Amino acid sequence: MSDNCKCDEHVQHKSRRKVLKSLAAGIGLIALPGREASASVWEEFFQKHFRELSKEELKQVITRLEKKYSQQFGKQVNVKATPPIEGVKYGYGLDLSRCIGCRRCVYACVGENNQSRDPQIHWIRVMQLDKEKGVDLSHAEHYYNPATVPEKGHFYMPVQCQQCEKPPCTKVCPVQATWKENDGIVVIDYNWCIGCRYCMAACPYGARHFNWGKPGLPAKDVNTNTHYLGNRPRPKGVVEKCTFCIQRTREQPGRYPACEEICPVGARKFGNLLDPESEIRYLIENKRVFIFKEDLNTQPKFFYFYAT
Amino acid sequence: MKTRSLARTMLVLVALLSVQCLSAARSEAARVKEFDRSGKLVVVEKTGAYLMPAYNIKNKQPENIYPVPRPPFSEGVFPCSQCHSYMKPNPKRRVLTDYHEEIVLHHAEGQRWCTDCHNLLNRDKLRLVSGELIDFSESYRLCGQCHGDKFRDWKVGVHGKRTGNWNGDKQYLLCVHCHNPHDPKFKPLKPLSPPERPGSARH
Repeated sequence: MSDNCKCDEHVQHKSRRKVLKSLAAGIGLIALPGREASASVWEEFFQKHFRELSKEELKQVITRLEKKYSQQFGKQVNVKATPPIEGVKYGYGLDLSRCIGCRRCVYACVGENNQSRDPQIHWIRVMQLDKEKGVDLSHAEHYYNPATVPEKGHFYMPVQCQQCEKPPCTKVCPVQATWKENDGIVVIDYNWCIGCRYCMAACPYGARHFNWGKPGLPAKDVNTNTHYLGNRPRPKGVVEKCTFCIQRTREQPGRYPACEEICPVGARKFGNLLDPESEIRYLIENKRVFIFKEDLNTQPKFFYFYAT
Repeated sequence: MKTRSLARTMLVLVALLSVQCLSAARSEAARVKEFDRSGKLVVVEKTGAYLMPAYNIKNKQPENIYPVPRPPFSEGVFPCSQCHSYMKPNPKRRVLTDYHEEIVLHHAEGQRWCTDCHNLLNRDKLRLVSGELIDFSESYRLCGQCHGDKFRDWKVGVHGKRTGNWNGDKQYLLCVHCHNPHDPKFKPLKPLSPPERPGSARH
């Protein structure tokens, strides 16, 4: 009796598994792209983590992306994967005694780094603060829009990714899609990011931004000089942020970041922290410097200073 | 005997010649045209020692030359000598009425006048306090006479805008590219549009 019973159960169980199996296979087949769909979908799906790619694989990935973007925007888009330069750690200086809050940097960054125009994404946020209250974020205003800046009694503090030496954002990423490179730049593999936005919650500077919608990037405005870990066009559902213009600065000779180049008052400084002759080292050694939210021990490589 | 007399005459000749030359140089150096305090052109006698520059330029460290773009001259004003070479230099402090009326001096105007920085006789040059004449492309040295701290920072690239390559060739700007030398305070700008408020655009 009991044997019979067992046998019955076994048979039942087996058939259910079979049903489930065939069901899963069927759904899988439906979901799969047809023969017409390009092989790139497969390749993209099975692409490895950026740091696990071999040289050959990286080449393939880059070619695939270049082809994809060039088709998408109707012009040749170059994607680089330039590695860090040996003996370089990037540092950024921002002179709060000079900044007038004109937001030229915000839009230079948008243009250089292919940010979405609509929905709008800005990697730099300029805060207007009261001179009397100092760096008091409860009085910060970033929607200010007077006829001319600077306004009396105020100073301005642009905030972007601080490229922390101890970045809280990379620690919380469940899939390690974001990490700190050897030259100190915190980067994101947009193909690996799952869009959970933990990193945005962890960042104390509000420097990370999420593509809630499909990035609206007009073809005529695309910057075709891109880097895999930086300003290449992003898909919907990934996080992005400032990379110190990795596509410019990781070259030899490397151009200054776009925000540095546009600043009409020369408040922005950039250089190699390991080079004692660099302007960034000069200002750290000779000027009054502070780092933002020092108490959190994130150790930013973004130095606010007062030249006067 | 004959050779000795020849040598003697030669020696005398050389001595005479050198005396001639020296005295010529002296006499030329002693009379100098100069403007007095009231602005009158006067000729004064000066000793050679007075005419020596305050420092020996030969032993002075050469000033670094910084790669700067062309100074931002108003259209058609440079070279200044195209007009000024036909004009009598007038060092008198006055309100300009015929030309350059648009220049309103707002730069320690109580202590300053055109010819403190612009050289009176050769208008295509600027003049340092030491008397050294410099080109407009070197005007940072002129500004640096008073604003030494800014000059120091500018030289290392901390004051002012720098473009180019962070690890290669860098371009400096002259002081006057950002600061009007006659009215140097940086002028307010119109800010670019603020970010959209969240919720203002739905997608």
